[in-house]
Amino acid sequence: MSDSIDLTYVRTEMLPEQTPPTNAIGAVRWVRENLFNGILNSILTILSILAVIWIVMAIGPWLMNSIWNSDSLSQCREILTAAGSVNHEGTHGACWGVIKERWPQLLFGFYPSELYWRPTVTFVMMCIAIAPILFPSVPRKVLWFSAAYPFLAVFMLWGGSIWVTITAALGFFLGFAALTGLAGFGTLVATTGAILIPILYWLFGWTPLSDGLTNIMPWGIEPVTTSDFGGFMLSIIIGLSGIVLSLPLGILFALGRQSNMVLIKTVSVVFIEFIRGVPLITLLFTASLLLNYFLPPGTNFDLVLRVIIMVTLFATAYMAEVIRGGLAALPRGQYEAADALGLDYWKAQRLIIMPQALKISIPGIVNTFIGLFKDTTLVVFIGLMDPIGLASAIRANSAWQGIYWELFIFIGAVFWIFCFSMSRYSMHLERRLKTDHK
Amino acid sequence: MNTIAERAIDRSHMTVSDEVAIQISNMNKWYGTFHVLRDINMTVNRGERIVICGPSGSGKSTLIRCINRLEEHQAGQIIVDGIELSSDLKNVDKVRSEVGMVFQHFNLFPHLSILDNLTLAPIWVRKTPKKEAEEVAMHYLEKVKIPEQALKFPGQLSGGQQQRVAIARSLCMKPRIMLFDEPTSALDPEMIKEVLDTMIELAEEGMTMLCVTHEMGFAQAVANRVVFMDQGQIVEQNEPKEFFNNPQSERTQLFLSQILGH
Repeated sequence: MSDSIDLTYVRTEMLPEQTPPTNAIGAVRWVRENLFNGILNSILTILSILAVIWIVMAIGPWLMNSIWNSDSLSQCREILTAAGSVNHEGTHGACWGVIKERWPQLLFGFYPSELYWRPTVTFVMMCIAIAPILFPSVPRKVLWFSAAYPFLAVFMLWGGSIWVTITAALGFFLGFAALTGLAGFGTLVATTGAILIPILYWLFGWTPLSDGLTNIMPWGIEPVTTSDFGGFMLSIIIGLSGIVLSLPLGILFALGRQSNMVLIKTVSVVFIEFIRGVPLITLLFTASLLLNYFLPPGTNFDLVLRVIIMVTLFATAYMAEVIRGGLAALPRGQYEAADALGLDYWKAQRLIIMPQALKISIPGIVNTFIGLFKDTTLVVFIGLMDPIGLASAIRANSAWQGIYWELFIFIGAVFWIFCFSMSRYSMHLERRLKTDHK
Repeated sequence: MNTIAERAIDRSHMTVSDEVAIQISNMNKWYGTFHVLRDINMTVNRGERIVICGPSGSGKSTLIRCINRLEEHQAGQIIVDGIELSSDLKNVDKVRSEVGMVFQHFNLFPHLSILDNLTLAPIWVRKTPKKEAEEVAMHYLEKVKIPEQALKFPGQLSGGQQQRVAIARSLCMKPRIMLFDEPTSALDPEMIKEVLDTMIELAEEGMTMLCVTHEMGFAQAVANRVVFMDQGQIVEQNEPKEFFNNPQSERTQLFLSQILGH
């Protein structure tokens, strides 16, 4: 029977490309497909619209009746009453006067007001220092400024003798000199030297040297103590330090955890599992209360520095696990190709493995950064005046007793701007680094 | 299907010298308790083009991966270019920079452009200046006939193009020995020919090649020796004509009847 069916077919011309039919595009089609696609989806769409309307109705009038010019909460309420902005709960309107009056304090804490220019300049310099790291179009030479920035920032914020900062930076030069000078003796000797020599210098050489130089040339600016630090300045100091330090440390611990060397692997696993298993707040209490017991007597170890160390360690443990996830996602062939070309371990990591693993981990890394930045508000529990701590202080003042929505909305909004920027940047970075053309 | 070029193959440079390139003696390897390579003895002279074939799981890939120590052997000796492979990492890196390797799945670096894929090892391992490395890279890209793809990324190329880039990447290190680990197994039939053509050209230039492949046409065209492996052992080796027309071992006969029988 099959013999009677004609199976031959020859195409004589290839079909040209055509535009899609018009009913596959357009706004009406979009609405029908995305909002009213079936009964359940239509109900959900209508409920969502009602919820949005309800929220706007609740918050809208309160925002519309905002009062900016008032020196106290009671004065603000008088103005609201006079304007007729009243509902069944009493006056109904936002009293932003508290922000207007206290915003320098929310930014700088109890930093001396005649020195506000110092944190401001430091902040502007921070933007310049970060620019070349975030955007490749910025000239690479600016990276030198980025490298010098941490020392500049410490000097500008804490003040004091300029020699303290310069001699501290000298430790890094000693480390670098040891690394290059000892390179002939093998990687292990050079690395050990590069770590040990600066530590010994900071423990024994740093203080006498800076004291000596200060005695000879007493150059410096007015010192400001840590207890005066506060507000968003403090959040940014702790958050940025934690972010900048936790990424490289996280990479090292992630590699350590994958190492074949038992000792390195054990140390990494114990560190990561211990730090991740402990609440940040206990680490902060350790920093504020216990750390001094373990340090040599007489060392005055700055509280903010101690907090930075603890926050960094905490973020490092999370970072290490995020990056380990990225490493695990790389195909075995990438390691083999790098090996087969004769690249040694560190070159393979730097040129082949890490660029790909970090790219895969970007969402997780930025997630950790954002979490870390918001966690800086926990320092309020060890008596540091971060924005949340200042909010309590402001509300303790008789003029603004009873205010809370406006303060916390403002603080939340500032945090949101920082975190949302990080989120958008990470999406931009993912797009920029996308080379797989999937 | 015969995927080999119909053109005549230029044999003027295909000469085998007396110089030993690779010496493998009494080499054994285990994966855990599984004895994957058993008492391998093999001498490869410079200029030889060896095709290694055998059923899957016979240890042929493991064998050539031992030659640049992507796999460690536990007993016996492997000497490549006069350097013995041992746990000494310096020697291992030295051997690896002299021995090129092409993988079944190409293993190009997806985050780097084609040009950067090619110049990476010369710049970072050989310390070649960037400009010179790029010139060499373009030379080899022209050789594998895709210079116009230099600034694209691996993900934008077809499988056959990617494999040719992988070959060019190995050649940029000016290797003295090339290892091919099933270079055409992951390719569509249409693309196998372009990769084999590249490999034939390489053979014509006198490169020492060890090639794990099922392309028997390639073996007949350019190999000077075919090695048949089964169960981790070298079962038979011979020159191609004799190997295909007059296999001695029963195991070889069975294998050949299965792969050539249809």
